[in-house]
Amino acid sequence: MAEIAESGGGGHDKGKKRAKKQSTKVDMTPMVDLAFLLLTFFVLTATFSKPKVMSLVYPAKPKITDPKINVEVNNAVTFLLAEDRIFYYEDAFYPEGNAKGKPATTLKEANFGGGEGSVRELLSKLNRFVLEKKVTLDADLTNKKIADTTYTRKIREAKSANEALKVLIKTDNDATCKNFIDLIDELKIADIGVIAPVDIMQSELDLIKAKTVK
Amino acid sequence: MPKSSPSIDMTPMVDLAFLLVTFFMLSSSFRSDEAAVIDTPSSISDMIIPENVIMVSIDKDGRKFFGMSGKDEVKTRLLGSMAKKYNLKFTNEQVKEFVKMTNFGCDMKEMPAYLNLSSAERKNFKTTGIPADSVNNQLKDWIWYGNLEALSAGEEAFLEATDKGLEPEANDFKPKFILKVDGKAVYVRAKQVIDVFRDLNLNNLNFVTSLEHDPRKKE
Repeated sequence: MAEIAESGGGGHDKGKKRAKKQSTKVDMTPMVDLAFLLLTFFVLTATFSKPKVMSLVYPAKPKITDPKINVEVNNAVTFLLAEDRIFYYEDAFYPEGNAKGKPATTLKEANFGGGEGSVRELLSKLNRFVLEKKVTLDADLTNKKIADTTYTRKIREAKSANEALKVLIKTDNDATCKNFIDLIDELKIADIGVIAPVDIMQSELDLIKAKTVK
Repeated sequence: MPKSSPSIDMTPMVDLAFLLVTFFMLSSSFRSDEAAVIDTPSSISDMIIPENVIMVSIDKDGRKFFGMSGKDEVKTRLLGSMAKKYNLKFTNEQVKEFVKMTNFGCDMKEMPAYLNLSSAERKNFKTTGIPADSVNNQLKDWIWYGNLEALSAGEEAFLEATDKGLEPEANDFKPKFILKVDGKAVYVRAKQVIDVFRDLNLNNLNFVTSLEHDPRKKE
């Protein structure tokens, strides 16, 4: 291939065996040119990874005819997303001077990172029940003590158990989608089973305002 | 010494070149031309985007775009239903253009003019996206009719697969609902779209994300 023309016409040299062999050669230069052109084209246009999706099941909208139920949430944490900050409080919301005599809810701030005061650290502490269960189940699975199906069932049971952490997400008007997705991501990392994005209350907005305005 | 030509044996190199060409040809999928550039956030989820989708995109200004996968007939029927509802008539050329689009974001009134443009001109089309407020909720109609058409097409495909003696999973033929939001978009805008889906009792939504490393897994 890519033979220089010098030997190109050599096929007709009479009486020489070597010359006959050479005549079977085809000039492949154009083909190789094309091959490299295609190669360059595909290398430059290739997109490798298909986009990934993160599934999130929203609670069904309550019908107007449904009776209003006051849900007693125990073992819950509520995240409040502001423009570029994230706040949270544990348990239910108690306004100032509530009938139950509980201290008024105050907001604590968290961050997206891996270290001190991060959402991840907080969740691993609060969701210890599920995470510890998962560790034992993981060990059982690798030791082949339980089957795959039992494993998934038990994980699901643990996630929806009473002791498991439930998370409510509320966003104010400036929260970005990135923060929302990042938070959901942290929740998935911490194996939270119940995630509920809900509407924010005015009293909570006021609390955020007090925190963000200096 | 024979007068050797200055050529070298390129066979291994060419072999490799063709191997690479074949690899890239088979592994690459072409990025479809979308109406807006959307920079999605990242997550640890490694679920690959399903085949049969109805996708609503929200760009960083909060404009909404609608797109769906499916055969040309499905999209043609969808445009037909929408044209009937909004008392519009489309020419055959416009329908053809509609079928070719990956997604679009314009008011139904702007649609004929939008379809007359070339795909390059559409990128500069001044629009506020598909309206999704309570007075004029066109997005809801797109999703509703899109879902209807996708379901009936899915049912046909399901029956066809059953006739062939396969045991298809009915769920695989239903459309999945995808939200492609820009990380910079305000969540309130995404919430409008989510509420449209929830109004239609479609509660299982998927967010498009790019993959990032899962801190639970070891390197």
